[in-house]
Amino acid sequence: MGWIIFGIVAWLAGWGLNVYLSRLPKSRATGLAVPVIFGVTLLLIWESIVRGFGISPVLLPAPSAIAARFAVSTGILWEDFVQTVLKGAFSGYVIGCGAAVVTAVIVDRFPFLRRGLLPVGNFVAALPIIGMAPILVMWFGFDWQSKAAVVVVMVFFPMLVNTVEGLQATDTMQRDLMRTYASNYWVTLRKLRLPAAMPFIFNGLKIATTLALIGAIVAEFFGSPIRGMGFRISTSVGQLAMDLVWAEIVVAAIAGSAVYGGVALLEKAMTFWHPSQRG
Amino acid sequence: MRKSLFPVPTVVAALFVIWYAMSVVLNAPWAYDRAKRAGVELSFSELVADTWAQDKPKLPAPHQVAVELWNTTVEKKITSKRSLVFHSGVTLSSTLLGFVLGTVLGIGLAVGIVYNRVMDMSVMPWVIASQTIPILAIAPMIIVVLNAVGISGLLPKAIISMYLSFFPVVVGMVKGLRSPDMMQLDQMRTWNATGGQQFWKLRLPSSMPYLFASLKIAMAASLVGAIVGELPTGAVAGLGARLLAGSYYGQTIQIWSALIMAAALAAGLVALIGVVQRVTLKRMGMA
Repeated sequence: MGWIIFGIVAWLAGWGLNVYLSRLPKSRATGLAVPVIFGVTLLLIWESIVRGFGISPVLLPAPSAIAARFAVSTGILWEDFVQTVLKGAFSGYVIGCGAAVVTAVIVDRFPFLRRGLLPVGNFVAALPIIGMAPILVMWFGFDWQSKAAVVVVMVFFPMLVNTVEGLQATDTMQRDLMRTYASNYWVTLRKLRLPAAMPFIFNGLKIATTLALIGAIVAEFFGSPIRGMGFRISTSVGQLAMDLVWAEIVVAAIAGSAVYGGVALLEKAMTFWHPSQRG
Repeated sequence: MRKSLFPVPTVVAALFVIWYAMSVVLNAPWAYDRAKRAGVELSFSELVADTWAQDKPKLPAPHQVAVELWNTTVEKKITSKRSLVFHSGVTLSSTLLGFVLGTVLGIGLAVGIVYNRVMDMSVMPWVIASQTIPILAIAPMIIVVLNAVGISGLLPKAIISMYLSFFPVVVGMVKGLRSPDMMQLDQMRTWNATGGQQFWKLRLPSSMPYLFASLKIAMAASLVGAIVGELPTGAVAGLGARLLAGSYYGQTIQIWSALIMAAALAAGLVALIGVVQRVTLKRMGMA
């Protein structure tokens, strides 16, 4: 009973604090504090619900139990992280995004390809590509190469569509100016069109980060060596070791947010001139 | 539109040519292996014929997939467990339920975020952060846990679909509900419009183009969620189950036909929203 009251108190306190903070003039500190308080309040409510109602750890472990498990099994978590994120997702991400940018430049060079390939690319980007996973696992074996292949296929089309769109972001006036400078195609591409495409490319990169992680983990459901986050999640669910599953989720969430944040920071540094970054 | 009439079929035809060529390349080792054991020499045309007609090819040729699709959709009874229509129906039902739930949740959150400053500041960052968690990865856990508390069948899969589809709706609707500019809001104020009137007559109508754009993304995401949600249910029914069963038994043709079916389903659903969008926007005088 005590825990339930504690949860209600935490909820009201967090809520009240946020209402108070949001009335203050908007600043960096309040902009950061409000979502953090919201998150902490959610965790406290979660903890007190689990303890107060005595929910079995098999169904929903408390945040403290997850944290304890996380601290104990850092070795396993690191091994899985290396296997899935560094080997599978990252290599696939780099290959897929790189290939997409190169393809986009080629597609942009030939109007025929642009008119033909772009509708097809748009169509494919909306398809459940994750279904390719079993096929690619069959082709490339159980180790990280097949996961990287799944990631490549998943990130390629969103990235392609965004980059092609970005390469058309320059207007005629700017291209004419480059022509008056007597710059050839490659110089125009390097000095005008690629920089102008950067906001679109970064948009694609951001979408691709979450897709890459999902692709690498889900591909492991279709077969993997005895390590990797997807493997650990599916086997731990079988053993009802939910705290380990949640610890893997925490790792995935941290990795996902960190990479996303990193891309966002890079974007801020590279496209500082764009209106959306000046605010 | 007319300009893409020629290039699109050309590109699609090129893709088919590549597909056929790839299936020759990928299936050739198995064909050679078999020919060697049988002690016969394969000519090129025999090799091609063999690679396009294997039972469990590495990459089935398009016509094999087409035949399988025909057999499992038209030839089988819809109630049969081997009918792809039956499996598509299972996937479709949880896709649609998840899509509806996600859309309702998304619009609700967006209204809250637009009208409530506390929610804007506290929920919005978490909505964005929620999408960096690979929900698809924890789909098995959600299914197992909900099963344990007695919720099984359609709803767990729909919840995964919902989680994937609410995000584009929230983002699009927040943008859409905020799209009326100062001038229009001031006009509403001059007319002494209440908050409700301002919402129903200005904000909601002007958010429609944004809503439909996000609904298309949400629908595609919802289908992915439903398919992945079917993986851990022990391959009972649904397109995801077909994929999993196919990968267990090396039935590549079955995997590809399920994949094509899923693609057709996604394309059909997105096109349907496109039609609704065109009709609605036309009647509202926006298209």
